[in-house]
Amino acid sequence: MISSMDEKLSPVLIATALRKSYGANEVVAGLDLALAPGECFGLLGPNGAGKTTTLRLLLGLTRPDGGTISLLGLPVPDQARKARVKVGVVPQLDNLDPDFSVAENLLVYGRYFGLSDAAVAARIPALLEFADLAGRADAKIETLSGGMKRRLTLARALVNDPDVIFLDEPTTGLDPQARHMMWQRLRRLLGEGKTILLTTHFMEEAERLCDRLLIMDRGAAITTGAPRDLIAAHIEPHVVEIYGDHEVGVHAAGYAALSERQERVGETLFCYCTDPHALLAALQAQSVLRYLHRPANLEDVFLKLTGRDLRD
Amino acid sequence: MWNFDYSLPKLSWRFIPIWRRNFLVWRKLAIPSILGNLADPAFYMLGLGYGLGSLLPQVSGVPYMTFLAAGTLCYSTMNSATFESLYSAFSRMHVQKTWDAMLNAPLELDDVMLAELAWATSKSVLSGVAILVIILALGLSHSWLLFWTLPLLVLIGFCFTGMALVMNALSPNYDFFMYYFTLVITPMVLLCGVFYPVEQLPAFLQTAANWLPLTHAIELGRPLVQGEWPQHVLSHVGVLLAYGGAGFYLALVLVRRRLLK
Repeated sequence: MISSMDEKLSPVLIATALRKSYGANEVVAGLDLALAPGECFGLLGPNGAGKTTTLRLLLGLTRPDGGTISLLGLPVPDQARKARVKVGVVPQLDNLDPDFSVAENLLVYGRYFGLSDAAVAARIPALLEFADLAGRADAKIETLSGGMKRRLTLARALVNDPDVIFLDEPTTGLDPQARHMMWQRLRRLLGEGKTILLTTHFMEEAERLCDRLLIMDRGAAITTGAPRDLIAAHIEPHVVEIYGDHEVGVHAAGYAALSERQERVGETLFCYCTDPHALLAALQAQSVLRYLHRPANLEDVFLKLTGRDLRD
Repeated sequence: MWNFDYSLPKLSWRFIPIWRRNFLVWRKLAIPSILGNLADPAFYMLGLGYGLGSLLPQVSGVPYMTFLAAGTLCYSTMNSATFESLYSAFSRMHVQKTWDAMLNAPLELDDVMLAELAWATSKSVLSGVAILVIILALGLSHSWLLFWTLPLLVLIGFCFTGMALVMNALSPNYDFFMYYFTLVITPMVLLCGVFYPVEQLPAFLQTAANWLPLTHAIELGRPLVQGEWPQHVLSHVGVLLAYGGAGFYLALVLVRRRLLK
Protein backbone atom coordinates (compact mmCIF):
# COMPACT_ATOMS: atom_id res chain seq x y z
CA MET A 1 0.00 0.00 0.00
CA ILE A 2 2.68 2.43 1.01
CA SER A 3 4.68 1.95 -2.13
CA SER A 4 1.64 2.49 -4.35
CA MET A 5 0.87 5.70 -2.46
CA ASP A 6 4.41 6.87 -2.98
CA GLU A 7 4.03 6.14 -6.65
CA LYS A 8 0.91 8.25 -6.79
CA LEU A 9 2.65 11.21 -5.23
CA SER A 10 5.90 11.09 -7.14
CA PRO A 11 6.00 13.08 -10.39
CA VAL A 12 5.35 11.27 -13.65
CA LEU A 13 7.96 13.30 -15.43
CA ILE A 14 10.82 15.38 -14.05
CA ALA A 15 13.34 17.32 -16.08
CA THR A 16 16.05 19.43 -14.54
CA ALA A 17 18.46 21.91 -16.10
CA LEU A 18 17.76 20.58 -19.58
CA ARG A 19 20.02 21.92 -22.33
CA LYS A 20 20.27 21.30 -26.06
CA SER A 21 22.20 23.26 -28.67
CA TYR A 22 22.48 22.96 -32.43
CA GLY A 23 25.76 24.62 -33.31
CA ALA A 24 25.78 28.01 -31.67
CA ASN A 25 22.01 28.02 -31.31
CA GLU A 26 20.90 27.01 -27.83
CA VAL A 27 17.38 25.69 -28.43
CA VAL A 28 16.73 24.51 -24.88
CA ALA A 29 18.56 26.58 -22.29
CA GLY A 30 18.27 25.20 -18.78
CA LEU A 31 14.64 24.09 -18.55
CA ASP A 32 13.09 22.55 -15.42
CA LEU A 33 9.67 20.96 -15.33
CA ALA A 34 7.74 18.36 -13.36
CA LEU A 35 4.38 16.76 -14.06
CA ALA A 36 2.18 15.45 -11.27
CA PRO A 37 0.09 12.35 -11.96
CA GLY A 38 -3.25 13.14 -13.56
CA GLU A 39 -2.55 16.74 -14.44
CA CYS A 40 -2.69 18.46 -17.78
CA PHE A 41 0.47 20.46 -18.28
CA GLY A 42 0.83 22.94 -21.12
CA LEU A 43 4.08 23.96 -22.76
CA LEU A 44 3.50 27.34 -24.39
CA GLY A 45 5.74 29.50 -26.46
CA PRO A 46 6.03 31.29 -29.78
CA ASN A 47 7.34 29.44 -32.84
CA GLY A 48 10.96 28.50 -32.33
CA ALA A 49 10.73 28.70 -28.53
CA GLY A 50 12.01 25.12 -28.22
CA LYS A 51 8.73 23.30 -27.49
CA THR A 52 9.12 20.48 -30.01
CA THR A 53 12.80 19.97 -29.15
CA THR A 54 11.80 19.77 -25.47
CA LEU A 55 9.26 17.05 -26.30
CA ARG A 56 11.88 15.13 -28.29
CA LEU A 57 14.27 15.33 -25.35
CA LEU A 58 11.61 14.15 -22.91
CA LEU A 59 10.79 11.16 -25.13
CA GLY A 60 14.45 10.26 -25.47
CA LEU A 61 14.54 10.85 -29.22
CA THR A 62 17.53 13.11 -28.90
CA ARG A 63 20.27 13.29 -26.29
CA PRO A 64 20.44 16.45 -24.13
CA ASP A 65 23.73 18.33 -23.85
CA GLY A 66 23.03 18.74 -20.16
CA GLY A 67 20.46 18.03 -17.48
CA THR A 68 18.53 14.98 -16.33
CA ILE A 69 15.16 13.50 -17.27
CA SER A 70 13.10 10.89 -15.48
CA LEU A 71 9.98 9.60 -17.25
CA LEU A 72 7.73 7.21 -15.31
CA GLY A 73 10.63 6.60 -12.96
CA LEU A 74 13.07 5.66 -15.71
CA PRO A 75 16.12 7.67 -16.76
CA VAL A 76 15.87 9.19 -20.24
CA PRO A 77 17.41 8.77 -22.78
CA ASP A 78 19.18 5.68 -21.37
CA GLN A 79 15.96 3.76 -20.70
CA ALA A 80 13.66 5.85 -22.88
CA ARG A 81 12.54 2.86 -24.94
CA LYS A 82 11.30 1.10 -21.84
CA ALA A 83 9.58 4.27 -20.59
CA ARG A 84 7.77 4.69 -23.93
CA VAL A 85 5.95 1.39 -23.35
CA LYS A 86 3.56 3.41 -21.16
CA VAL A 87 3.59 6.65 -23.16
CA GLY A 88 1.33 7.79 -26.00
CA VAL A 89 2.41 10.41 -28.53
CA VAL A 90 0.32 12.58 -30.83
CA PRO A 91 2.82 14.27 -33.16
CA GLN A 92 2.41 17.69 -34.71
CA LEU A 93 2.08 16.29 -38.22
CA ASP A 94 -0.13 13.32 -38.92
CA ASN A 95 1.96 10.28 -39.74
CA LEU A 96 -0.79 7.71 -40.08
CA ASP A 97 -0.08 4.93 -42.54
CA PRO A 98 -1.79 6.02 -45.77
CA ASP A 99 -1.76 2.49 -47.18
CA PHE A 100 -3.85 1.12 -44.32
CA SER A 101 -7.44 1.33 -43.17
CA VAL A 102 -8.37 2.91 -39.86
CA ALA A 103 -8.35 -0.44 -38.03
CA GLU A 104 -5.12 -1.59 -39.68
CA ASN A 105 -3.41 1.58 -38.47
CA LEU A 106 -4.33 0.67 -34.90
CA LEU A 107 -3.39 -2.99 -35.31
CA VAL A 108 0.03 -2.30 -36.81
CA TYR A 109 0.81 0.36 -34.21
CA GLY A 110 -0.22 -1.93 -31.38
CA ARG A 111 2.28 -4.52 -32.63
CA TYR A 112 5.08 -1.98 -32.16
CA PHE A 113 4.32 -2.17 -28.43
CA GLY A 114 4.66 -5.93 -28.45
CA LEU A 115 0.89 -6.43 -28.19
CA SER A 116 -0.63 -9.51 -29.74
CA ASP A 117 -3.07 -9.13 -32.63
CA ALA A 118 -5.83 -10.48 -30.39
CA ALA A 119 -5.06 -7.96 -27.66
CA VAL A 120 -5.16 -5.05 -30.12
CA ALA A 121 -8.26 -6.36 -31.88
CA ALA A 122 -10.02 -6.47 -28.51
CA ARG A 123 -9.17 -2.81 -27.92
CA ILE A 124 -10.07 -1.50 -31.38
CA PRO A 125 -13.86 -1.09 -30.91
CA ALA A 126 -13.37 1.03 -27.77
CA LEU A 127 -10.64 3.08 -29.46
CA LEU A 128 -12.87 3.72 -32.50
CA GLU A 129 -15.76 4.68 -30.25
CA PHE A 130 -13.44 7.05 -28.38
CA ALA A 131 -12.31 8.63 -31.65
CA ASP A 132 -15.91 8.84 -32.87
CA LEU A 133 -14.90 6.63 -35.79
CA ALA A 134 -17.11 3.65 -35.02
CA GLY A 135 -18.32 2.18 -38.30
CA ARG A 136 -15.25 3.51 -40.11
CA ALA A 137 -12.89 0.68 -39.21
CA ASP A 138 -12.37 -0.19 -42.87
CA ALA A 139 -12.20 3.37 -44.19
CA LYS A 140 -9.06 4.44 -46.04
CA ILE A 141 -7.03 7.19 -44.39
CA GLU A 142 -7.34 9.45 -47.43
CA THR A 143 -11.13 9.51 -47.03
CA LEU A 144 -10.92 10.96 -43.49
CA SER A 145 -11.27 14.66 -42.69
CA GLY A 146 -8.50 16.51 -40.84
CA GLY A 147 -10.40 16.22 -37.57
CA MET A 148 -10.96 12.48 -38.04
CA LYS A 149 -7.26 11.92 -38.77
CA ARG A 150 -6.33 13.83 -35.62
CA ARG A 151 -8.73 11.75 -33.54
CA LEU A 152 -7.42 8.55 -35.08
CA THR A 153 -3.88 9.68 -34.25
CA LEU A 154 -5.06 10.22 -30.68
CA ALA A 155 -6.70 6.77 -30.63
CA ARG A 156 -3.46 5.29 -31.99
CA ALA A 157 -1.57 6.94 -29.12
CA LEU A 158 -3.90 5.13 -26.71
CA VAL A 159 -3.45 1.67 -28.19
CA ASN A 160 -0.99 0.73 -25.41
CA ASP A 161 -3.19 2.21 -22.64
CA PRO A 162 -0.50 4.78 -21.73
CA ASP A 163 -0.11 6.55 -18.38
CA VAL A 164 1.20 9.73 -19.99
CA ILE A 165 0.20 11.27 -23.30
CA PHE A 166 2.35 13.78 -25.16
CA LEU A 167 0.53 15.98 -27.66
CA ASP A 168 2.39 18.38 -29.94
CA GLU A 169 -0.04 21.10 -31.07
CA PRO A 170 -3.00 18.73 -31.13
CA THR A 171 -5.55 21.10 -32.67
CA THR A 172 -3.47 23.09 -35.14
CA GLY A 173 -5.31 23.25 -38.46
CA LEU A 174 -8.65 21.99 -37.12
CA ASP A 175 -11.96 23.81 -37.52
CA PRO A 176 -13.80 24.90 -34.34
CA GLN A 177 -16.07 21.84 -34.27
CA ALA A 178 -13.15 19.44 -34.58
CA ARG A 179 -11.17 21.41 -32.03
CA HIS A 180 -13.95 21.28 -29.43
CA MET A 181 -14.35 17.56 -30.07
CA MET A 182 -10.62 17.07 -29.46
CA TRP A 183 -10.82 19.06 -26.20
CA GLN A 184 -13.74 16.92 -25.02
CA ARG A 185 -11.74 13.79 -25.67
CA LEU A 186 -8.70 15.11 -23.82
CA ARG A 187 -10.89 16.02 -20.85
CA ARG A 188 -12.26 12.49 -20.88
CA LEU A 189 -8.73 11.12 -20.71
CA LEU A 190 -7.91 13.42 -17.80
CA GLY A 191 -11.07 12.13 -16.11
CA GLU A 192 -9.69 8.63 -16.51
CA GLY A 193 -6.58 9.68 -14.63
CA LYS A 194 -4.17 10.04 -17.56
CA THR A 195 -1.40 12.62 -17.36
CA ILE A 196 -1.16 14.94 -20.36
CA LEU A 197 1.68 17.10 -21.61
CA LEU A 198 0.69 19.30 -24.53
CA THR A 199 2.34 22.04 -26.50
CA THR A 200 0.17 24.66 -28.09
CA HIS A 201 0.13 28.24 -29.16
CA PHE A 202 -3.61 28.50 -28.78
CA MET A 203 -4.03 30.32 -25.49
CA GLU A 204 -7.70 29.43 -25.39
CA GLU A 205 -6.79 25.76 -25.53
CA ALA A 206 -4.24 26.10 -22.75
CA GLU A 207 -6.65 28.10 -20.60
CA ARG A 208 -9.43 25.54 -21.02
CA LEU A 209 -7.45 22.34 -20.61
CA CYS A 210 -4.33 22.90 -18.56
CA ASP A 211 -4.08 22.69 -14.80
CA ARG A 212 -0.67 24.24 -15.02
CA LEU A 213 1.42 25.64 -17.77
CA LEU A 214 4.87 26.84 -18.53
CA ILE A 215 5.50 29.70 -20.90
CA MET A 216 8.87 29.38 -22.58
CA ASP A 217 10.81 31.52 -24.98
CA ARG A 218 14.30 31.10 -26.44
CA GLY A 219 14.59 27.72 -24.76
CA ALA A 220 13.98 28.88 -21.21
CA ALA A 221 10.96 29.12 -18.92
CA ILE A 222 9.61 32.63 -18.45
CA THR A 223 6.90 31.71 -15.98
CA THR A 224 4.95 28.73 -14.75
CA GLY A 225 1.67 28.29 -12.85
CA ALA A 226 -2.07 27.75 -13.15
CA PRO A 227 -3.64 29.77 -16.00
CA ARG A 228 -5.84 31.81 -13.63
CA ASP A 229 -2.94 32.58 -11.30
CA LEU A 230 -0.76 33.68 -14.19
CA ILE A 231 -3.44 36.05 -15.45
CA ALA A 232 -3.98 37.48 -11.96
CA ALA A 233 -0.24 37.88 -11.42
CA HIS A 234 0.57 39.59 -14.71
CA ILE A 235 -2.52 41.40 -16.02
CA GLU A 236 -5.16 43.73 -14.57
CA PRO A 237 -8.57 41.98 -14.52
CA HIS A 238 -10.21 44.15 -17.22
CA VAL A 239 -9.01 44.92 -20.71
CA VAL A 240 -10.55 47.57 -22.94
CA GLU A 241 -9.39 47.53 -26.55
CA ILE A 242 -10.02 50.80 -28.37
CA TYR A 243 -9.82 50.81 -32.18
CA GLY A 244 -9.59 53.70 -34.59
CA ASP A 245 -7.30 55.31 -37.10
CA HIS A 246 -5.39 58.37 -36.01
CA GLU A 247 -8.27 59.11 -33.64
CA VAL A 248 -6.82 56.71 -31.12
CA GLY A 249 -3.72 58.84 -30.94
CA VAL A 250 -5.71 62.02 -30.43
CA HIS A 251 -7.68 60.60 -27.54
CA ALA A 252 -5.10 58.25 -26.12
CA ALA A 253 -3.88 60.54 -23.41
CA GLY A 254 -7.40 61.10 -22.08
CA TYR A 255 -8.24 57.40 -21.94
CA ALA A 256 -4.87 56.52 -20.55
CA ALA A 257 -5.61 58.50 -17.43
CA LEU A 258 -8.64 56.23 -16.80
CA SER A 259 -6.69 52.94 -16.78
CA GLU A 260 -3.65 51.65 -14.87
CA ARG A 261 -1.63 50.53 -17.85
CA GLN A 262 -1.83 51.01 -21.60
CA GLU A 263 -0.26 49.56 -24.68
CA ARG A 264 -0.45 51.01 -28.19
CA VAL A 265 -0.24 48.44 -30.99
CA GLY A 266 -0.74 49.93 -34.45
CA GLU A 267 -4.16 51.54 -34.44
CA THR A 268 -5.31 49.77 -31.29
CA LEU A 269 -4.98 51.01 -27.74
CA PHE A 270 -5.09 48.32 -25.05
CA CYS A 271 -6.13 49.69 -21.65
CA TYR A 272 -5.64 47.42 -18.65
CA CYS A 273 -7.62 48.35 -15.54
CA THR A 274 -8.91 47.09 -12.22
CA ASP A 275 -12.07 49.20 -12.41
CA PRO A 276 -13.17 49.93 -15.99
CA HIS A 277 -16.31 51.98 -15.19
CA ALA A 278 -14.92 55.47 -15.75
CA LEU A 279 -13.21 54.45 -18.99
CA LEU A 280 -16.31 52.72 -20.31
CA ALA A 281 -18.47 55.70 -19.43
CA ALA A 282 -16.11 57.97 -21.36
CA LEU A 283 -16.17 55.65 -24.35
CA GLN A 284 -19.96 55.39 -24.31
CA ALA A 285 -20.16 59.15 -24.44
CA GLN A 286 -18.43 59.29 -27.84
CA SER A 287 -19.30 57.74 -31.20
CA VAL A 288 -16.06 57.90 -33.20
CA LEU A 289 -14.09 55.01 -31.74
CA ARG A 290 -15.10 51.37 -31.57
CA TYR A 291 -14.08 49.47 -28.46
CA LEU A 292 -14.26 46.07 -26.80
CA HIS A 293 -14.40 45.35 -23.10
CA ARG A 294 -13.33 41.86 -21.98
CA PRO A 295 -11.76 40.07 -19.03
CA ALA A 296 -7.99 39.61 -19.08
CA ASN A 297 -6.94 36.30 -20.61
CA LEU A 298 -3.92 34.12 -21.08
CA GLU A 299 -3.12 35.64 -24.45
CA ASP A 300 -2.53 38.98 -22.69
CA VAL A 301 -0.06 37.26 -20.38
CA PHE A 302 1.62 35.48 -23.27
CA LEU A 303 2.03 38.61 -25.36
CA LYS A 304 3.22 40.61 -22.37
CA LEU A 305 5.89 38.05 -21.57
CA THR A 306 7.03 37.03 -25.06
CA GLY A 307 6.47 40.33 -26.85
CA ARG A 308 4.51 41.11 -29.98
CA ASP A 309 7.28 40.63 -32.52
CA LEU A 310 6.55 38.09 -35.24
CA ARG A 311 8.38 34.75 -34.97
CA ASP A 312 8.57 32.94 -38.27
CA MET B 1 33.22 14.16 -34.55
CA TRP B 2 31.35 14.08 -31.25
CA ASN B 3 27.94 14.28 -32.85
CA PHE B 4 28.18 10.92 -34.59
CA ASP B 5 27.11 7.81 -32.73
CA TYR B 6 29.48 5.06 -33.86
CA SER B 7 28.10 2.32 -31.62
CA LEU B 8 27.53 -1.03 -33.27
CA PRO B 9 24.01 -1.92 -34.44
CA LYS B 10 21.81 -3.07 -31.57
CA LEU B 11 20.12 -6.08 -33.09
CA SER B 12 16.78 -7.12 -31.65
CA TRP B 13 13.71 -9.14 -32.63
CA ARG B 14 11.74 -5.93 -32.31
CA PHE B 15 12.28 -5.46 -36.04
CA ILE B 16 9.62 -8.09 -36.73
CA PRO B 17 6.48 -5.94 -36.24
CA ILE B 18 8.01 -3.38 -38.61
CA TRP B 19 8.77 -6.07 -41.18
CA ARG B 20 5.15 -7.22 -40.83
CA ARG B 21 3.95 -3.66 -41.41
CA ASN B 22 5.81 -3.54 -44.72
CA PHE B 23 4.56 -6.98 -45.61
CA LEU B 24 0.96 -5.86 -45.02
CA VAL B 25 1.46 -2.89 -47.36
CA TRP B 26 3.07 -5.17 -49.93
CA ARG B 27 0.19 -7.65 -49.75
CA LYS B 28 -2.22 -4.93 -50.79
CA LEU B 29 -0.15 -4.24 -53.89
CA ALA B 30 1.14 -7.77 -54.42
CA ILE B 31 -0.08 -8.34 -57.97
CA PRO B 32 1.38 -5.21 -59.59
CA SER B 33 4.49 -5.68 -57.46
CA ILE B 34 5.10 -9.27 -58.55
CA LEU B 35 4.32 -8.36 -62.12
CA GLY B 36 6.87 -5.55 -61.92
CA ASN B 37 9.45 -7.91 -60.43
CA LEU B 38 8.83 -10.43 -63.13
CA ALA B 39 7.96 -8.57 -66.32
CA ASP B 40 10.87 -6.20 -66.64
CA PRO B 41 13.77 -8.63 -66.19
CA ALA B 42 11.84 -11.33 -68.06
CA PHE B 43 11.53 -9.16 -71.17
CA TYR B 44 15.20 -8.25 -70.99
CA MET B 45 16.13 -11.88 -70.66
CA LEU B 46 13.81 -13.18 -73.36
CA GLY B 47 14.45 -10.32 -75.79
CA LEU B 48 18.22 -10.29 -75.50
CA GLY B 49 18.46 -14.03 -74.88
CA TYR B 50 16.61 -15.09 -77.98
CA GLY B 51 17.23 -12.04 -80.16
CA LEU B 52 20.90 -11.48 -79.50
CA GLY B 53 21.48 -15.12 -78.57
CA SER B 54 20.47 -16.32 -82.02
CA LEU B 55 23.37 -14.34 -83.47
CA LEU B 56 25.89 -15.73 -81.03
CA PRO B 57 27.67 -19.03 -80.69
CA GLN B 58 27.79 -20.53 -77.23
CA VAL B 59 29.06 -18.16 -74.56
CA SER B 60 31.35 -19.65 -71.91
CA GLY B 61 30.31 -23.07 -73.08
CA VAL B 62 26.51 -22.62 -72.75
CA PRO B 63 23.73 -21.15 -74.91
CA TYR B 64 23.56 -17.36 -74.51
CA MET B 65 20.11 -17.61 -72.91
CA THR B 66 21.49 -19.76 -70.11
CA PHE B 67 24.46 -17.43 -69.71
CA LEU B 68 22.18 -14.41 -69.52
CA ALA B 69 19.73 -16.09 -67.12
CA ALA B 70 22.35 -16.24 -64.35
CA GLY B 71 23.26 -12.59 -64.89
CA THR B 72 19.61 -11.59 -64.87
CA LEU B 73 19.02 -13.52 -61.66
CA CYS B 74 21.72 -11.52 -59.87
CA TYR B 75 21.03 -8.11 -61.31
CA SER B 76 17.27 -8.37 -60.89
CA THR B 77 17.77 -9.19 -57.21
CA MET B 78 20.17 -6.27 -56.89
CA ASN B 79 17.69 -3.91 -58.55
CA SER B 80 14.84 -4.93 -56.34
CA ALA B 81 16.90 -4.44 -53.16
CA THR B 82 18.10 -1.08 -54.45
CA PHE B 83 14.68 0.29 -55.39
CA GLU B 84 13.15 -0.80 -52.10
CA SER B 85 15.95 0.73 -50.01
CA LEU B 86 15.96 3.97 -51.95
CA TYR B 87 12.48 5.05 -53.00
CA SER B 88 10.33 3.01 -50.63
CA ALA B 89 12.51 3.41 -47.55
CA PHE B 90 12.85 7.13 -48.28
CA SER B 91 9.06 7.46 -48.49
CA ARG B 92 8.75 5.79 -45.12
CA MET B 93 11.55 7.77 -43.53
CA HIS B 94 11.16 11.24 -45.01
CA VAL B 95 7.89 11.67 -46.87
CA GLN B 96 5.29 9.75 -44.87
CA LYS B 97 7.22 10.04 -41.58
CA THR B 98 6.37 6.41 -40.85
CA TRP B 99 9.69 6.04 -39.05
CA ASP B 100 8.84 8.94 -36.73
CA ALA B 101 5.63 7.19 -35.70
CA MET B 102 7.61 4.02 -34.98
CA LEU B 103 10.20 5.92 -32.94
CA ASN B 104 7.44 7.27 -30.69
CA ALA B 105 6.61 3.66 -29.83
CA PRO B 106 9.06 1.53 -27.83
CA LEU B 107 11.27 0.95 -30.87
CA GLU B 108 14.73 2.27 -31.63
CA LEU B 109 16.17 3.57 -34.85
CA ASP B 110 18.38 0.47 -34.93
CA ASP B 111 15.20 -1.67 -34.96
CA VAL B 112 13.76 0.38 -37.83
CA MET B 113 16.97 0.07 -39.85
CA LEU B 114 17.25 -3.66 -39.22
CA ALA B 115 13.65 -3.99 -40.38
CA GLU B 116 14.45 -2.08 -43.58
CA LEU B 117 17.42 -4.38 -44.16
CA ALA B 118 15.35 -7.49 -43.58
CA TRP B 119 12.42 -6.25 -45.61
CA ALA B 120 14.34 -5.10 -48.70
CA THR B 121 16.30 -8.36 -48.57
CA SER B 122 13.06 -10.33 -48.42
CA LYS B 123 11.58 -8.43 -51.32
CA SER B 124 14.70 -8.84 -53.43
CA VAL B 125 14.75 -12.58 -52.74
CA LEU B 126 11.21 -12.71 -54.05
CA SER B 127 12.37 -10.96 -57.23
CA GLY B 128 15.15 -13.48 -57.61
CA VAL B 129 12.74 -16.35 -57.07
CA ALA B 130 10.55 -14.98 -59.85
CA ILE B 131 13.54 -15.25 -62.21
CA LEU B 132 14.29 -18.76 -60.93
CA VAL B 133 10.74 -19.73 -61.86
CA ILE B 134 11.36 -18.51 -65.41
CA ILE B 135 14.68 -20.37 -65.53
CA LEU B 136 12.93 -23.58 -64.50
CA ALA B 137 9.95 -23.01 -66.80
CA LEU B 138 12.24 -22.51 -69.80
CA GLY B 139 14.29 -25.55 -68.81
CA LEU B 140 17.50 -23.48 -68.70
CA SER B 141 18.84 -25.32 -65.71
CA HIS B 142 18.37 -28.89 -64.53
CA SER B 143 20.88 -29.01 -61.72
CA TRP B 144 20.07 -29.43 -58.03
CA LEU B 145 22.82 -26.88 -57.46
CA LEU B 146 20.26 -24.29 -58.56
CA PHE B 147 18.81 -24.43 -55.06
CA TRP B 148 22.07 -23.02 -53.71
CA THR B 149 21.09 -19.77 -55.43
CA LEU B 150 18.49 -19.25 -52.69
CA PRO B 151 21.04 -18.40 -49.97
CA LEU B 152 22.90 -16.46 -52.65
CA LEU B 153 19.80 -14.34 -53.29
CA VAL B 154 19.67 -13.52 -49.56
CA LEU B 155 23.31 -12.51 -49.69
CA ILE B 156 22.78 -10.33 -52.78
CA GLY B 157 19.74 -8.70 -51.17
CA PHE B 158 21.73 -8.02 -48.00
CA CYS B 159 24.68 -6.58 -49.91
CA PHE B 160 22.78 -4.13 -52.10
CA THR B 161 20.29 -3.13 -49.40
CA GLY B 162 23.16 -2.19 -47.10
CA MET B 163 24.76 -0.10 -49.84
CA ALA B 164 21.51 1.62 -50.88
CA LEU B 165 20.59 2.49 -47.29
CA VAL B 166 23.66 4.74 -47.22
CA MET B 167 22.15 6.75 -50.08
CA ASN B 168 18.82 6.82 -48.28
CA ALA B 169 20.51 8.22 -45.18
CA LEU B 170 22.18 10.98 -47.18
CA SER B 171 19.39 11.89 -49.55
CA PRO B 172 17.59 15.23 -49.44
CA ASN B 173 14.98 14.11 -52.01
CA TYR B 174 14.08 11.45 -54.57
CA ASP B 175 16.14 13.10 -57.35
CA PHE B 176 19.32 12.41 -55.40
CA PHE B 177 19.00 8.69 -56.14
CA MET B 178 19.70 9.32 -59.81
CA TYR B 179 23.38 9.83 -58.91
CA TYR B 180 23.50 6.37 -57.40
CA PHE B 181 21.84 4.75 -60.38
CA THR B 182 23.99 6.59 -62.90
CA LEU B 183 27.30 6.24 -61.06
CA VAL B 184 26.94 2.89 -59.28
CA ILE B 185 24.11 0.68 -60.48
CA THR B 186 24.32 1.23 -64.24
CA PRO B 187 28.11 0.70 -64.37
CA MET B 188 27.64 -2.54 -62.44
CA VAL B 189 24.92 -3.78 -64.77
CA LEU B 190 27.15 -3.06 -67.78
CA LEU B 191 30.58 -4.07 -66.43
CA CYS B 192 30.07 -6.93 -64.02
CA GLY B 193 29.30 -9.78 -66.36
CA VAL B 194 25.51 -9.71 -66.65
CA PHE B 195 25.53 -9.64 -70.47
CA TYR B 196 28.98 -10.99 -71.33
CA PRO B 197 31.97 -12.50 -69.52
CA VAL B 198 34.07 -9.94 -67.64
CA GLU B 199 37.17 -11.46 -69.34
CA GLN B 200 36.08 -9.77 -72.58
CA LEU B 201 36.85 -6.35 -71.10
CA PRO B 202 40.24 -4.60 -71.31
CA ALA B 203 42.43 -5.25 -68.28
CA PHE B 204 41.78 -1.94 -66.51
CA LEU B 205 38.01 -2.42 -66.74
CA GLN B 206 38.38 -5.99 -65.48
CA THR B 207 40.24 -4.64 -62.48
CA ALA B 208 37.46 -2.12 -61.90
CA ALA B 209 34.82 -4.82 -62.26
CA ASN B 210 36.57 -6.95 -59.67
CA TRP B 211 36.08 -4.18 -57.12
CA LEU B 212 32.34 -4.13 -57.74
CA PRO B 213 30.10 -6.45 -55.72
CA LEU B 214 27.82 -7.52 -58.57
CA THR B 215 30.81 -9.25 -60.23
CA HIS B 216 31.20 -11.42 -57.16
CA ALA B 217 27.49 -12.21 -57.01
CA ILE B 218 27.60 -13.36 -60.64
CA GLU B 219 30.79 -15.38 -60.06
CA LEU B 220 28.76 -17.36 -57.55
CA GLY B 221 25.42 -17.42 -59.36
CA ARG B 222 26.48 -18.35 -62.88
CA PRO B 223 28.17 -21.66 -62.09
CA LEU B 224 25.25 -22.65 -59.88
CA VAL B 225 22.75 -22.03 -62.70
CA GLN B 226 25.01 -23.97 -65.06
CA GLY B 227 25.26 -26.90 -62.68
CA GLU B 228 28.82 -26.36 -61.39
CA TRP B 229 30.15 -25.57 -57.94
CA PRO B 230 31.65 -22.02 -57.99
CA GLN B 231 35.33 -21.33 -57.32
CA HIS B 232 36.67 -19.05 -54.58
CA VAL B 233 33.32 -19.19 -52.77
CA LEU B 234 34.62 -17.76 -49.51
CA SER B 235 36.23 -14.71 -51.06
CA HIS B 236 33.13 -13.88 -53.13
CA VAL B 237 30.87 -14.34 -50.12
CA GLY B 238 33.28 -12.23 -48.09
CA VAL B 239 33.12 -9.35 -50.58
CA LEU B 240 29.30 -9.37 -50.61
CA LEU B 241 29.14 -9.53 -46.81
CA ALA B 242 31.70 -6.75 -46.50
CA TYR B 243 29.88 -4.38 -48.85
CA GLY B 244 26.51 -5.09 -47.22
CA GLY B 245 27.80 -4.99 -43.65
CA ALA B 246 29.90 -1.86 -44.11
CA GLY B 247 27.04 -0.18 -45.95
CA PHE B 248 24.52 -1.02 -43.26
CA TYR B 249 26.79 0.21 -40.48
CA LEU B 250 27.61 3.45 -42.29
CA ALA B 251 23.93 3.99 -43.10
CA LEU B 252 23.04 3.49 -39.45
CA VAL B 253 25.65 6.00 -38.25
CA LEU B 254 24.43 8.53 -40.82
CA VAL B 255 20.75 8.03 -40.16
CA ARG B 256 21.26 8.28 -36.39
CA ARG B 257 22.76 11.68 -36.98
CA ARG B 258 20.00 12.64 -39.39
CA LEU B 259 17.03 11.66 -37.21
CA LEU B 260 18.25 11.64 -33.61
CA LYS B 261 20.22 14.88 -33.66
